[in-house]
Amino acid sequence: MEILLAIMTGVLYAAGTYMILRRSIVKLIIGIILFGNGVNLLIFLLGRITKGNPPIIAPELKHFADIYADPIPQALILTSIVISFGLQAFAIILVKRAYKVLKTDDLDMLNTLDEDS
Amino acid sequence: MLLIVCLGFLLSLAMLFISKIIKGKWAWLTTLIPLSTFLYFCSFLDDIANNQVIKITYNWIPTFKVDLSFMLDGLSLLFVLMISGIGTLVFWYTSSYLKGHEYLDRFYSYLGIFMSAMLGLVLSDNLITMFIFWELTSISSFFLIGFNNESESCRKSALLALGITGVGGLFLLAAAVILGQVTSTYTISEMLTMSNEIVMSSSYVFIVILVFLAAFTKSAQFPFHFWLPGAMQAPTPVSTYLHSATMVKAGIYLILRFSPILGETPLWNTTLITIGAITMLYSAIHMLFRTDLKAILAYSTICALGILTFLTGLGSYEALVAAMVFIVVHALYKASLFLITGIIDHETGTRDITKLSGLKNGLMPIAVVGFIAALISGGVIPTLGFVGKDLIYESTLHFKNNTWLLTGIAITTNVLLFYGGFLVGVKPFLGKKPEALPHLHMPSIRLWLPPMLMVSLGLILGFMPFLLGDSLIMPGAEILSRGESGLHLKLWHGFNNIFWLSTLTIVLGFILYLILKPSDRLKTSADKFEFLSPKSISGYVVTIFKITSKYWTMLFQNGYLRHYVATYVTFIIVLVGYLLLQDPVLRIDYNSLADLTVYEIVIIMIMLLSTLFTVFTPSRLAAVAAMGIIGFAFCLLYLFYSAPDLAMTQFSVDTLTVILFVLVLYRLPKYLKFSKNYLRVEHGILSAIFGGMITFLILKVISEPKNSEVSNFYAENSYVLAKGKNVVNVILVDFRGSDTLIEITVLIVAAIGVFGLLKLRLKARDKK
Repeated sequence: MEILLAIMTGVLYAAGTYMILRRSIVKLIIGIILFGNGVNLLIFLLGRITKGNPPIIAPELKHFADIYADPIPQALILTSIVISFGLQAFAIILVKRAYKVLKTDDLDMLNTLDEDS
Repeated sequence: MLLIVCLGFLLSLAMLFISKIIKGKWAWLTTLIPLSTFLYFCSFLDDIANNQVIKITYNWIPTFKVDLSFMLDGLSLLFVLMISGIGTLVFWYTSSYLKGHEYLDRFYSYLGIFMSAMLGLVLSDNLITMFIFWELTSISSFFLIGFNNESESCRKSALLALGITGVGGLFLLAAAVILGQVTSTYTISEMLTMSNEIVMSSSYVFIVILVFLAAFTKSAQFPFHFWLPGAMQAPTPVSTYLHSATMVKAGIYLILRFSPILGETPLWNTTLITIGAITMLYSAIHMLFRTDLKAILAYSTICALGILTFLTGLGSYEALVAAMVFIVVHALYKASLFLITGIIDHETGTRDITKLSGLKNGLMPIAVVGFIAALISGGVIPTLGFVGKDLIYESTLHFKNNTWLLTGIAITTNVLLFYGGFLVGVKPFLGKKPEALPHLHMPSIRLWLPPMLMVSLGLILGFMPFLLGDSLIMPGAEILSRGESGLHLKLWHGFNNIFWLSTLTIVLGFILYLILKPSDRLKTSADKFEFLSPKSISGYVVTIFKITSKYWTMLFQNGYLRHYVATYVTFIIVLVGYLLLQDPVLRIDYNSLADLTVYEIVIIMIMLLSTLFTVFTPSRLAAVAAMGIIGFAFCLLYLFYSAPDLAMTQFSVDTLTVILFVLVLYRLPKYLKFSKNYLRVEHGILSAIFGGMITFLILKVISEPKNSEVSNFYAENSYVLAKGKNVVNVILVDFRGSDTLIEITVLIVAAIGVFGLLKLRLKARDKK
């Protein structure tokens, strides 16, 4: 299963990179989101996968009795998801604004100072 | 002593508060600073005459062996007195020369910084502090040359001077570091005793070359001389002080100071003699083609610096004495000539030698001063110049090889120097006054007193050279020549060879003065060869450098986002790929992997398809929807693999993102393909390689055993220390609580940003 997931991560990275390299800003944002998902999966895999044993201690115990999923990647990914949401929301609104002012979605047209364009 | 050295720095600092006063009639008050320095150092004259060496050390950075250690011996006292003495006169002169100038306060503060830096430079016993003062003089010189900052040529000259001398200073630093490694000290006086080790060491050649580069750039030796004529753009007091009397002699000071440490090897002597001789002849001949008084003086200054390098290269006791005497001679007459030029410029408004004549009507006292300065410069008996020239001939005649060649060079140069001195000091005053010049009247005493004092000193010392010799030159030369002594300066040696050579020089110089008339024609004929000069060549190098760096920058920084991203990605691929290929074999233990189940495979297939769909669909809405599907597939994956918190977060965030996207979508333009096809293929290949590399990287990591130390710590202590049973939550809100706080702050900032962007009302101007 890990091998399949590893391939999936690679696909997400490739798709993300490809989209980031496009000229349209919307595609750029989609690219960033895909890329972010790929990173999350990468971190998750580095902690190895465990099925059916969430890192929650049973009510009557003080320590884990059984094997448990690694909590650190989960904590990291949780942070990452939330932060990238902030980034995405800001980026989306920014694109909207930029389009309203500049009437373009093409990154190459954003190369000059706004006075000229 | 530290306080005295820093007086100039204090002056420039104080200028912030007292600039109003200085710009008024109290400008001359600043003269007190160099004057008090001069008097303070005069009190050491007795000690130095008795061959004492005074050392004072202030700890600065002892761990790096960098101390403010000052050493006062004959050589440094000679320089210190010159710096503060001429400084006094120049400060005094400036108060009238730049009277009422808008930026007089700035001018004085630059001069103050320069004076302190220069004092520090010649007093430093520590190479690193010496380097710092060395660069400070270059920087203050930069500001002073560019003082008329509204003129483009001034700014260019200032940059050129800073470029040459500043880079030269870096060579000094390099030399200091290598010397420090060889001797494990930065103290110059300690290096004196280790001369043999340094000369024998393998890095000796590097040290010498670096020291030479530093000295030659600072002291304007061929082929680095070209910044000095440009530096004449500075106001005349600056040319007097920095670019003839003191700063340009710093390089000479350096090689004099190092000659007992590095000297007496063929490399040292031959290079110095050759470069000195080339500089002497080159600039002396150049001088013939100039018509601007200051340009003539600039080239004769370079010429004099060449003589000094040459004498240091000869290296004998007499030559070192000759060098030190000539330093004083040159400072006295050259500074006077510069100040006289300043007066002429001030009174007539021109410095063109072809337009100036007959100034003695109205400026008689100055004509006398100019005449005496020219006599000192020409080495006519009974001035100090005569003593200096005698010593030069004595040292060339006593040199073991090529005696007559060297003496010939020295005579030629001195003949031309004689001519140059008379051209500036005598010619403008003789003859008939042209109608074009205004009516002349004597300038303020502040202008003519300083050059008069200097030439008088030149005369007095000519009659009584032992005053200078016994108190300064002999003690200095004794250290430089490692203990030799015995010479006493005298004006009159009798009718010997040297006397006849001296007379020959004067006669030839006078004949040259009579027959050669400076004219613009000579100048234009010389300009034809300008493209071959070191200045033009360095100009070409700079141009080529600029063009190359422009192309180089455009290669990486062309302003297109995708170009940058592609560069990063390629770089990462090369870097990580190289590491991965060191050991390209995968050793995965397939039994340890999780089993494959049908629903997992289905999820992965869904993700794969929606990813491809997102990339290739021509519809934006479809792309966003497909992206949403990927997000929900992720939720399921997290659920399967024991991460319920992640699943919940992913679910809500993904929903919100999709909603936000859709809300914004309808305002956006059509979803277009902008890129050209070949670019898409190229990017596709690049992305595919990148993705493949990541996959390989993960597989590589999985094949290694996992280190669970940190995870175990959290698992063990989650309940015991933090009383929480959901370990992920405990990590976030307890163990790493402040991280989470910062994260929340980031989100709030983003939310404010979003709110601001939504609420922003554009002004009418931007709306169009």
